[in-house]
Amino acid sequence: MVTGAMPPASLQPPPEGTCDAMTTTAVPSKIRVENVSFAYSNAEALRGVSLDVYPHEVTVLFGPARSGKTTLLRLLNRLTDLLEGTRRSGRIYLDGQDIFAPDVDVAELRRRVGMVFAMPIPLPMSIRANLTYGLQLKGVRDRALLEARVESALRAAALWDEVKDRLEDPASSLSGGQQQRLCLARILALEPEVILLDNPTSGLDPISTSKVEASLHELKQRYTIIAVPHSVQQAARIADRAAFMLGGEVIEVGTAREIFTRPRDPRTRDYVEGRFG
Amino acid sequence: MSRGTKQKLAFALLTAAAVVVVVPVLLVAGYIIWRGAGAISLEFLLSAPRHGLREGGIFPAAIGTVILTLGTAIVALPLGVGAAIYLSEYARDDLLTRLIRMAIINLAGIPSVVYGLFGLGLFVLFLRCGTSILAGSLTLGLLTLPVVISTAEEAIRAVPQSFRVVSVSLGGTKWQTIRHLVLPNALPGIITGVILGLERAAGETAPILFTVAAVYLPRLPRSVFDQTMALPYHLFVISTQVPGMPMTLQFGTALVLLAFVLSLNAAATIIRSHFRRRRSW
Amino acid sequence: MAIEQQAATHAVPVARRRRLRGETAAEALVRLSGISVIIFVVLVFVFLAREGIPAFFEVEVGNLLGTRWYPTVGRYGLLPLVTGSLLVTAGAVLISVPLGLAAAIYMHELAPAWLREILKPLIEILAGIPSVVLGFLGMIAVAPLLREHLNMPTGLSAFAGSVMLAYMALPTIISVSDDAIDAVPRSYRDASLALGANHWQTVCHAVVPAARSGIVVAVMLGIGRAIGETMAVLMVTGNAARMPDGLSALFQPVRTMTATIAAEMGEVANGSVHYHVLFAIGIVLFLITFLVNLLASVLMLRRGTRRDQLLE
Ligand SMILES: Nc1ncnc2c1ncn2[C@@H]1O[C@H](COP(=O)(O)OP(=O)(O)O)[C@@H](O)[C@H]1O
Ligand SMILES: [Mg+2]
Repeated sequence: MVTGAMPPASLQPPPEGTCDAMTTTAVPSKIRVENVSFAYSNAEALRGVSLDVYPHEVTVLFGPARSGKTTLLRLLNRLTDLLEGTRRSGRIYLDGQDIFAPDVDVAELRRRVGMVFAMPIPLPMSIRANLTYGLQLKGVRDRALLEARVESALRAAALWDEVKDRLEDPASSLSGGQQQRLCLARILALEPEVILLDNPTSGLDPISTSKVEASLHELKQRYTIIAVPHSVQQAARIADRAAFMLGGEVIEVGTAREIFTRPRDPRTRDYVEGRFG
Repeated sequence: MSRGTKQKLAFALLTAAAVVVVVPVLLVAGYIIWRGAGAISLEFLLSAPRHGLREGGIFPAAIGTVILTLGTAIVALPLGVGAAIYLSEYARDDLLTRLIRMAIINLAGIPSVVYGLFGLGLFVLFLRCGTSILAGSLTLGLLTLPVVISTAEEAIRAVPQSFRVVSVSLGGTKWQTIRHLVLPNALPGIITGVILGLERAAGETAPILFTVAAVYLPRLPRSVFDQTMALPYHLFVISTQVPGMPMTLQFGTALVLLAFVLSLNAAATIIRSHFRRRRSW
Repeated sequence: MAIEQQAATHAVPVARRRRLRGETAAEALVRLSGISVIIFVVLVFVFLAREGIPAFFEVEVGNLLGTRWYPTVGRYGLLPLVTGSLLVTAGAVLISVPLGLAAAIYMHELAPAWLREILKPLIEILAGIPSVVLGFLGMIAVAPLLREHLNMPTGLSAFAGSVMLAYMALPTIISVSDDAIDAVPRSYRDASLALGANHWQTVCHAVVPAARSGIVVAVMLGIGRAIGETMAVLMVTGNAARMPDGLSALFQPVRTMTATIAAEMGEVANGSVHYHVLFAIGIVLFLITFLVNLLASVLMLRRGTRRDQLLE
């Protein structure tokens, strides 16, 4: 494969030509996963996964538990680096740049590709400090800029009205749904390009869930979104594009309409129709 | 004897044992306060000993103990916290780590008088610090190190792993995460550990015997290369080496030393419970 | 290819390069702090050896193994000091182990929660009392009591030292025993009770045996603590360097290794034979406590107990 042989890419212009040649649409993919396999120290988790993710879409990864969805998300911003004894092969490109190239600034990558975890994990500090944490680590000192980002991020996560008068309160004083939106806002404050949502509504009540779902439609105007839903129904509600995962493999990828109305693979069909998993 | 009687007898003995353990503690504290309180006065606390130590106060010894305690903290805090960070955040399960852990256990077991010998051999003589605050602080700092490391490591490990993952996922590097997230949250535990270590160091006599302590030095030390008096050594001297020493002064000195050490203990306890109640995780 | 690589390295932004350097420096520093602990142990050993090993060349082995300690006339027999230390330590263990174990069982099994909340800080206070303060009280209060009630010529004796050491070792023994008892699985207890045993029988036949290895660790640590204790022993044992002759020696003055170092190091000339011998005693102490603590830690790690208990 041509891309595979490229030198470390930070200086290179994004090799859009190569990407274009492989995709079916005219838009270049934001993220390209190419034949990725991954194993934890004690278990294989992904086998030969390939996937294209396009900008301004919600791409959904769905499938039964332990099918590798979380693992794939973790690979996309290299949180897997934190674990020891893992093995990986294949390549992942963000805007055509290999994210595992030796000269990649991992911290910068993680700011560009933000992750919201399944459980809301507010950091043990104030609401405001949660939002400015990432920016301050990046070196942003400008108070006005920090303030502006706090507000815009909270607005985008539909949380501003609820917390604007209590930004100094500990983040742990928020309800579960608010905490999850805080975690989303915390990512947005960094103005990322891609947002990874790992089952973001797992612990939430229906009202909070619909708030989060609604905000996705706003967010995808500006960001590329990859989400693991908590049910097939939710997948169908939020997805523009969907990938069905099973046993560490991507079984089938397509537009939401294709996958949820006329899946080609029988395993996808069974899962979508609720016959297993 | 029936089972029931046997049980009653056994439980009575257990209770007696607990009484035998605890009551002397109360007696010791009570006795020292009772006999020593009379000696306590501003004059006693703020003046130097006179007339072959038989009159006057304990000012230079008290100040010396405070200085040595600070010196101990300056030595043990950075090294101890650094080692704790290494063990909890960086160390792999390899030979080096096991050696460090064995070394900590070993350091913790070395008798305090052997620390004194070591301090004499290395700091006082070999490194030519002389009998000085510097040599004494270094010796006491090493003695305190194991306690500081183990409590600091425990405090650092108590910070949930998920916070670290979040910090890294927000673009934090490993060290930034430690600096801005882990350490601030582990700080109360670390401080508690350091104070507990200092509590031990402040009361030690054997390690300072040959490294810093002066029998009589009415003025305050001028630099870290000066000797200094210290409360534990002062108590030892006046209770064993000075014939005709008034008992009140002896008990007064014991009382001040005990109060200083136990107030460190109390401070540690208060900090610990205060932050335990406040923390959100 | 090589040129491109180099270009890429140069293209790394300054801020990031600085951050990377900070990152490496920070890791190097904390690793160094960790390694320093090993270095200190080595240094302790090296400097004890440096000052102590000459003793083995300056003094004949027969003299060192002799029974007379009279440094002023060149007699450096270590036996009375070693036996003195062992005697005092043995006495301390005989007192503190049963007492500490019983107190731990009491606190764990019998004491109501509110009482435990009072007992624990008291034991912490006991651990915090400086040894010189205990020694002072031992001299002033305990020794006279012993003299009157045990009809001894002087209360300053091995036994007085043992009592002091016992109390100093108690906090360690109680806390480690308490943890060991705590670690006994509920099921043992339930099984015993289900078989009709009463509370005491359960404690005696199910709980304590299951906690046995932890209790052994407590004893080891207690020994380690007692044998290295200095000031209290120096002040209450009467400091006569003589060979113990039978059980009665427990009630006569003795002198331990630690007390000898503390008492005499201040008066010897640096580099003299006496000075070297005192360091040699330090080596003996270092090795004994090293072995005792090593054994305790091996036992403890095998049980999978938290290692930080070792340090309390
Ligand atoms: N941290 C980990 N360490 C070891 N194995 C893991 C870890 N996380 C996940 N796995 C394993 O990897 C496989 C895929 O898990 P995951 O990616 O969490 O799937 P999903 O998110 O679809 O439930 C599972 O077999 C799981 O047991
Ligand atoms: Mg998952």
